[in-house]
Amino acid sequence: MRFTLHIWRQESPAYEGRMARYEIDKIDPGTSLLEMLDTLNEQLIAKGEEPVAFDSDCREGVCGTCSLVINGNAHGGFTETTTCQVYMRQFKDGDEIYIEPWRANPFPVVRDLVVDRTAFDRIMQAGGYVSVHSGPKPDPNSIPIEPDVAGEALDAATCIGCGACVAACPNAAAMLYTAAKVSHLGLLPQGQPERYTRVRSMVEQMDNEGFGGCTNFGECEEACPKGISIKFIGQMNRDYLRATVCEPIERSGKMEAQ
Amino acid sequence: MMQRVRRFYENTPGQKAVVAVTGIILFGFVLSHMAGNLKSFLGFEVDGRHAIDHYAEGLRTLGEPLLPHGLVLWGSRAVLFCAFVLHIVTVIRLTKRNRRARALPYVGQREPATNLASRSMLATGIFLAGFVVFHVLHFTTGTIRMGSFEHGKVYANLYHSFQGGLAAFLYLLATAALGLHLFHGVWSLFQTLGLDHPDRNATLRKFAIGAAVLIAVGFVAVPLLFFVGALGEPTGAAAHVKDW
Amino acid sequence: MAIDLNARIPHGPLADKWNNHIDSLRLVGPRNRPLYRVIVVGSGLAGASAAASMAAMGYHVDCFCFQDSPRRAHSIAAQGGINAAKGYRNDGDSAFRLFQDTIKGGDFRAREANVYRLAQLSAGIIDQAVSQGVPFAREYGGMLANRSFGGVLVERTFYCRGETGQQLLLGANSALAEQIHRGRVNMYTRTEMLDLVVAEGRARGIVVRDLVTGEIRSHAADAVVLATGGYSTVFYLSTNARGCNVTATWRAYKRGAAFANPCFTQIHPTAIPASGDQQSKLTLMSESLRNDGRIWVPKNKDETRSAPDIPEEDRYYYLEERYPRFGNLVPRDVAARNAKDVCDAGLGVGASGYGVYLDFRDAIKQEGLETIEGRYDNLFEMYERITGENPLKTPMQIYPAPHYTMGGLWVDYNLMTTVPGLYAIGEANFSDHGANRLGASSLMQCLADGYFILPVTIGDYLSRHPRGEIDTSHASFKATESEVNERVHKLLSLRGNRPSTAIHRELGALMTDSCGISRNKKGLAGALKSIPKLREEFWKNARVTGSAASFNMDLEYAGRVADYLEFAELMCRDAQKREESCGCHFREEYQTDDGEALRNDNEFTYSSVWEHRGERAPKLHKENLSFESIELAQRNYKT
Ligand SMILES: Cc1cc2nc3c(=O)[nH]c(=O)nc-3n(C[C@H](O)[C@H](O)[C@H](O)COP(=O)(O)OP(=O)(O)OC[C@H]3O[C@@H](n4cnc5c(N)ncnc54)[C@H](O)[C@@H]3O)c2cc1C
Ligand code: HEM
Ligand code: HEM
Ligand code: SF4
Ligand code: F3S
Ligand code: FES
Repeated sequence: MRFTLHIWRQESPAYEGRMARYEIDKIDPGTSLLEMLDTLNEQLIAKGEEPVAFDSDCREGVCGTCSLVINGNAHGGFTETTTCQVYMRQFKDGDEIYIEPWRANPFPVVRDLVVDRTAFDRIMQAGGYVSVHSGPKPDPNSIPIEPDVAGEALDAATCIGCGACVAACPNAAAMLYTAAKVSHLGLLPQGQPERYTRVRSMVEQMDNEGFGGCTNFGECEEACPKGISIKFIGQMNRDYLRATVCEPIERSGKMEAQ
Repeated sequence: MMQRVRRFYENTPGQKAVVAVTGIILFGFVLSHMAGNLKSFLGFEVDGRHAIDHYAEGLRTLGEPLLPHGLVLWGSRAVLFCAFVLHIVTVIRLTKRNRRARALPYVGQREPATNLASRSMLATGIFLAGFVVFHVLHFTTGTIRMGSFEHGKVYANLYHSFQGGLAAFLYLLATAALGLHLFHGVWSLFQTLGLDHPDRNATLRKFAIGAAVLIAVGFVAVPLLFFVGALGEPTGAAAHVKDW
Repeated sequence: MAIDLNARIPHGPLADKWNNHIDSLRLVGPRNRPLYRVIVVGSGLAGASAAASMAAMGYHVDCFCFQDSPRRAHSIAAQGGINAAKGYRNDGDSAFRLFQDTIKGGDFRAREANVYRLAQLSAGIIDQAVSQGVPFAREYGGMLANRSFGGVLVERTFYCRGETGQQLLLGANSALAEQIHRGRVNMYTRTEMLDLVVAEGRARGIVVRDLVTGEIRSHAADAVVLATGGYSTVFYLSTNARGCNVTATWRAYKRGAAFANPCFTQIHPTAIPASGDQQSKLTLMSESLRNDGRIWVPKNKDETRSAPDIPEEDRYYYLEERYPRFGNLVPRDVAARNAKDVCDAGLGVGASGYGVYLDFRDAIKQEGLETIEGRYDNLFEMYERITGENPLKTPMQIYPAPHYTMGGLWVDYNLMTTVPGLYAIGEANFSDHGANRLGASSLMQCLADGYFILPVTIGDYLSRHPRGEIDTSHASFKATESEVNERVHKLLSLRGNRPSTAIHRELGALMTDSCGISRNKKGLAGALKSIPKLREEFWKNARVTGSAASFNMDLEYAGRVADYLEFAELMCRDAQKREESCGCHFREEYQTDDGEALRNDNEFTYSSVWEHRGERAPKLHKENLSFESIELAQRNYKT
């Protein structure tokens, strides 16, 4: 198969980027899109040109490293698919394909198609955990969890942190990602003690990173390779409201007779 | 208290909740406003006045004699005004942030999952804001004249205004904008307030459609029927106009 | 430098060794811990759990990974589950039984004391993970669910759907995130370790390259922990991630850490075969498919019909014919070997001729389409996504794929390598799995190392040495740094016309052929001749583009390939020296009449430990293994 590729090239954040055009031929339909880029790169390297930088690692849809906007759609617009799971047989021979990086200000371009997603890690560091040290713990069966609840928590926890939700959201909001983590822990008994402080600090960090706000477009859910539902955004909103409206500002405060 | 408000309003979900709550208030208003407008169809009441004029008057005397004349009206106006302003101010804040978050658009062609309504929230909103200003100047203060105008003679004002195609058309547009705004807004607000759930989602969607259609049809009926002449000329019966 | 292979196995009965050992270790007090700095390279299950645990104790930790986020370490890809001797099932499971299964599974090439400790600690891992919010599968009553895995007789595998590794890693990573938040861990992402700094015989720090800016820089610490995973990508095509590499452990080896059992690599029998030469990796399909699928190849070499059209009499159900008792359910290595065997004989299917059919036709006939579809829903979908074929209509094609490496840096009972102050944990060490790893046991080992063992044992070393003795201004750092710089520039000066991926692919094919599923004397000797030639080819004809001071993936990759080109030789050498078949190491010369692996316990009951000696050939040391609690026995699955 042959393709015309339009690929975003940007040497570093300091340089302006542009779309560059490449022709590629003799691509097997069973080749993945990333393998096609590998092939393109090998051709470029053999010519002494710098290859197109793009991120990938596991190449089987679990690590969340790969991150391309293909023809305007994060991960290509196929259902529950990561970039590394896109195969060339899904295109037509002779197609023009536009390949761009995630575009969001909190995800600055590092080079070409590679962006810096450390903002996500900082959101996680702000509270995406249960504070426990390593050491003996109570037996898990002493805290039974309904299988459906564990399953729902897993539905949220299955987020691979790829950032497609941000890339796809017209507002570049990170709500789905943040909500997935908040809901995962918020649904489980282990996550209860820090439930309300967690949602506040994670949301605050999310905002500080400069992501947009949610207007419930639902694009994120559509692009999410793990099919994470925007119901978790609702859940996070609920927890956030509860945390800010109902939860006391200071627990140890005293009542004095007035 | 201020601390709590600040804590709440500091972050996007809190701001978004403000949009939703003010949205509910505005929605409540348009709903009752629509119901009020429909009184145009009720013809005359006993004392020979148009039902809608009577109703308009009733609004001003609501709460009397317990409360002073006009208090309820002015109170509601104040609440509405605040909600309106807060809705807009917060939306502006959020929109600015959203614009900043995505500096460069994509070159490639997207296949969006959004709908026309959700994409055009800002456009319909801005249009509505402009419309409301115009509308108040038109029907409430009578500053903008489209046909003759007389305080308190609501039916007559409506009749005269909507003989002209321009006014009817403008109101038609506004109604369409409101319908679209609510088509997304009413569904969206449940999500924003965390009241959504997959179990209820279909119902919420239907509710939003119902609300949007009801409001749109309810509103549009009045200018339309005046325009096509289904609603007749106002009677000469003088309404007793009180200071408002 | 003479190497010290004292494993420091504590005295006493097997079951008490670990507790006795803890009691005898020297500790660092809580007030002093923040004054010690520990480097952890790797943020997979092993690295993240170790970094988080040590930081929570108070140590200051610097953690490194080459990915853009610690959460993307390859542990994330583990699907099946994690073993733990919880004994929830009332089916006679116990720490001893897990120990026994692991030793036997490893074909008696692992250290008893370590394996027993692993089994002992396994239950605590589940408790730890659950407390972090890992959503393991539960039963209706809310209790943890188990399944059986890897052909053992008890149900002791805990799982989160098909993404156990991901969930455990997210748990460990969340603990890491907490410590980063509290300022006790400095996390360096997109930072690759390129060398180890050793001074006065002890590990002092590392030299890294910042993959974004290209800056080469040093980090000093009181101890260095390598948790850098396995080296399956030496085969180019494997189930491992693109970035997996041997660089960190190989550099450590060259600085004096002995490398053990490099030739013990595990090949998983059911992966999707390579479809063309543009392919970059292999995807694992769950072994459970073998429960219902029948494996066959066409009887005729020049079969042209499509699979469903081939009549019964022209199909060769080779596993069922060769192993009538177990049929399609023979152990991993047997299944893998036989697949290679029939493909070598020219019967293989698919574009490359290296594939066999896994057919659900008969299962569908017997149990109905819906039942089978329901059972393997996800897997079928995944398969169809990759290959474009529907397994319910045409048989699946599968082929074995390199999957896990049992070999790694040699460590003692404290998980310290032969370089004092340098530790290796997780897949990076030569591990507790001997010559073959049981399914669902790697995650367990990584987390036992990281959560429970290393945080305790490291104190013993730290407390014996003054802290912060040497900083990065020391001559040893400067010297190592300049060596690294030199190497980077040497790579960048390569002006040939072959991309390093092409050479890697060639190396992979060579290794798959001669040091893969089965090995023989001739093949290994040939490989030992070809590898140096390929290395020469690399340093002559490779092309590396771009500059040192920038984000340069070509340079990164070339560096890893260069290390593989050296490492591959050690692997073949090890395979050549081990003149027996054991576990995954199958030497064709050493098999029973039935074609089973034939161990030679008299001569080879040891771990091969290789010492680097500069330009001279590496030296083989032996750590003899003794089995006191369990009897050396030949594996037998025919009866
Ligand atoms: C597809 C697949 C399925 C599997 N399924 C199972 C299963 O079901 N059960 C089971 O028990 N095991 C399974 N395994 C095995 C298991 O997943 C791995 O052995 C284990 O996760 C290894 O963990 P680790 O922490 O040692 O290394 P990894 O998770 O590989 O982490 C390595 C870390 O080191 C870093 N690193 C490496 N080199 C450098 C360097 N030079 N500089 C800086 N950082 C570096 C990386 O960034 C990474 O953070 C599976 C493996 C694969 C490939
Ligand atoms: C009668 C007038 C109005 C009504 C009844 C109304 C109602 C609503 C409702 C119910 C929402 C949904 C809130 C949520 O999802 O949380 C909403 C959102 C919004 N409104 Fe209005 N609104 C009105 C006027 C305006 C005006 C004048 C503007 C102009 C600036 C505006 C702009 C928006 C925007 C941009 C949103 C965000 C969309 C979203 O978050 O989904 N609205 N409105
Ligand atoms: C389309 C048909 C509409 C008609 C026929 C209509 C008619 C009127 C009339 C006659 C009045 C004056 C009532 C009085 O003086 O007592 C009025 C007031 C008002 N209308 Fe409308 N209206 C319409 C739509 C809308 C819409 C869509 C909005 C808002 C989005 C709106 C907002 C208002 C407001 C804010 C006032 C002033 C209320 C007050 O004085 O307190 N109207 N309308
Ligand atoms: S929510 Fe979905 S799209 Fe967003 S980061 Fe997680 S997996 Fe990716
Ligand atoms: S697309 Fe964006 S607006 Fe909200 S629902 Fe998803 S984050
Ligand atoms: S490369 Fe890992 S998800 Fe695509």
